[in-house]
Amino acid sequence: MGIYLPIAEISVNVFVLLAMGAAVGFLSGMFGVGGGFLITPLLIFYNIPPAIAVATGANQVIASSFSGALSHVKRGTLDFKLGGVLLAGGIVGSTGGIFVFGFLRRLGQLDLFISLLYVVLLGTVGGLMLVESVNALRATRSGAAPVLKKSGQHNWIHRLPLKMRFRASKLFVSVIPVLGLGAGIGFLSSIMGVGGGFIMVPALIYLLKVPTNVVIGTSLFQIIFTSAYTTLVHATTNQTVDVMLAFLLMAGGVAGAQYGAKAGQRLRGEQLRALLALLVLAVAIRLAIDLFVTPPNRYSLTGVDLG
Amino acid sequence: MADAKAFVAAAWLTLSAFTLPGMAQTPPTENIQIGLSTDNVSITAGFSGADLTIFGSLENADPLVARQGRYDVIVVLEGPARPVVVRRKDRLLGIWINLESETFENVPVSYSVATTRPLQDVTDPNSYKQLSLGASNLYMQPADAGDSPATIQEFTAALRERKAATGLYSENVGGVQFLSQNLFRATVRLAPNVPVGTHKARAFLFKSGLFIKESSAQLEIRKSGFEQSIFRVAHDYSFLYGVFAVSLAMLTGWLGRLVFRKD
Repeated sequence: MGIYLPIAEISVNVFVLLAMGAAVGFLSGMFGVGGGFLITPLLIFYNIPPAIAVATGANQVIASSFSGALSHVKRGTLDFKLGGVLLAGGIVGSTGGIFVFGFLRRLGQLDLFISLLYVVLLGTVGGLMLVESVNALRATRSGAAPVLKKSGQHNWIHRLPLKMRFRASKLFVSVIPVLGLGAGIGFLSSIMGVGGGFIMVPALIYLLKVPTNVVIGTSLFQIIFTSAYTTLVHATTNQTVDVMLAFLLMAGGVAGAQYGAKAGQRLRGEQLRALLALLVLAVAIRLAIDLFVTPPNRYSLTGVDLG
Repeated sequence: MADAKAFVAAAWLTLSAFTLPGMAQTPPTENIQIGLSTDNVSITAGFSGADLTIFGSLENADPLVARQGRYDVIVVLEGPARPVVVRRKDRLLGIWINLESETFENVPVSYSVATTRPLQDVTDPNSYKQLSLGASNLYMQPADAGDSPATIQEFTAALRERKAATGLYSENVGGVQFLSQNLFRATVRLAPNVPVGTHKARAFLFKSGLFIKESSAQLEIRKSGFEQSIFRVAHDYSFLYGVFAVSLAMLTGWLGRLVFRKD
């Protein structure tokens, strides 16, 4: 069944979009990530203009992270104070990102920049995760106890000034890296249409040493607001949010997410991380191929006033 | 369709009223008229391209010429003109990057042609050029006239090729059919991504390869009620639209958890 998207101004198949949303929702529920890093490239492969794919992706991420954050609130695994500081940084980063987004779009380099960011970030995060999880899998197989870093260990981040106490996370840390991390994620969120969970989660665990059980809830909390802000700003400055498209993706996504979460409970943590790493790497490789392979057509048309 | 029939009937009446007194001595020059069954087309949720039928009539047609099939009609539906940037990807450090670009002013977003016969059989290339008729004869005005002619030519060709590839510039040979000596029907294609706005339908009459007369009509293509409202709100009340998009996402997230929760 075809449907005409009012903002993207093209006809698409409803079932393809619902299935896309459900598949990504399933994976995001399984791995505890927002799924924006999958939805935006998928939409671009499906010929949705990148500017609309990014803004609509951000809108879709709100639905899945809101749904996920609700269950963390219920379980008490959400640090509102840490989330709030991350968010303050996020708003600043996001504003900067929107500005860069509009600038690159006028230059005609937006698509390239989005693809490059995806390839570099997904490639790095996917590669690191794969190495880490394969090591963990080997360690458990050989019977050795996994080596965990003690929470008392400090790195350079913990020597920075302006310290603040985050009770729910049992953390006493400078606000500078927290604000910086939030700003970085906000910047990526507005340019890539992602929530940034796949960077936020490892950064909170490995850099700030936040207890793992609080990490996902807090990351989701901050993602809701960063993507909500990104959606708002894209809607007002670029008019690139397509609610029809976003709604179809969300509807598929929230259903898929709940089933995915259940499926995820049957797998062990390091198995999950290895699978997620492979998925992330696959997306990165697919996008990289497009950058290096001779395009079927070297010419492209864009409007002057709109994308 | 009912409107179209009504128009045909009206066309017949004017035609007969004209021809009777005109038969005297010197044959009056032929004239061409077109009419649209509707002056606006709505793009609905299920829109995936369409054929638009345009009816028209020849006035003072010479029956002999008509019988020999020496009248040719070309109908063009031209979309609103907008500036366009054409970019070319080139390899830089192994990566394909948009490097060169050329901006053109006032390029019709869409351009559908329907003809009685293949374009090259109707008249000679020079006449097309003079009439600026046919996608390959449209003059694309570069914004920066200082660029080398070779570059401009290359990008103009690329622009036409891209437009044709996306179905926005199309040619329907045999799309104009004479229903009788004086009446014809033209079918022009509306691509699935046809732009909204005011489109101009033009009909060109040729007699034995010579251009005789032109007639035009306007057509408004717009999104239908619901799609149009969304588009309008997104542009006119963009902040509220953003708030709505965010609330919708949160509501969907919350409802989705209620309906599908598995924990």
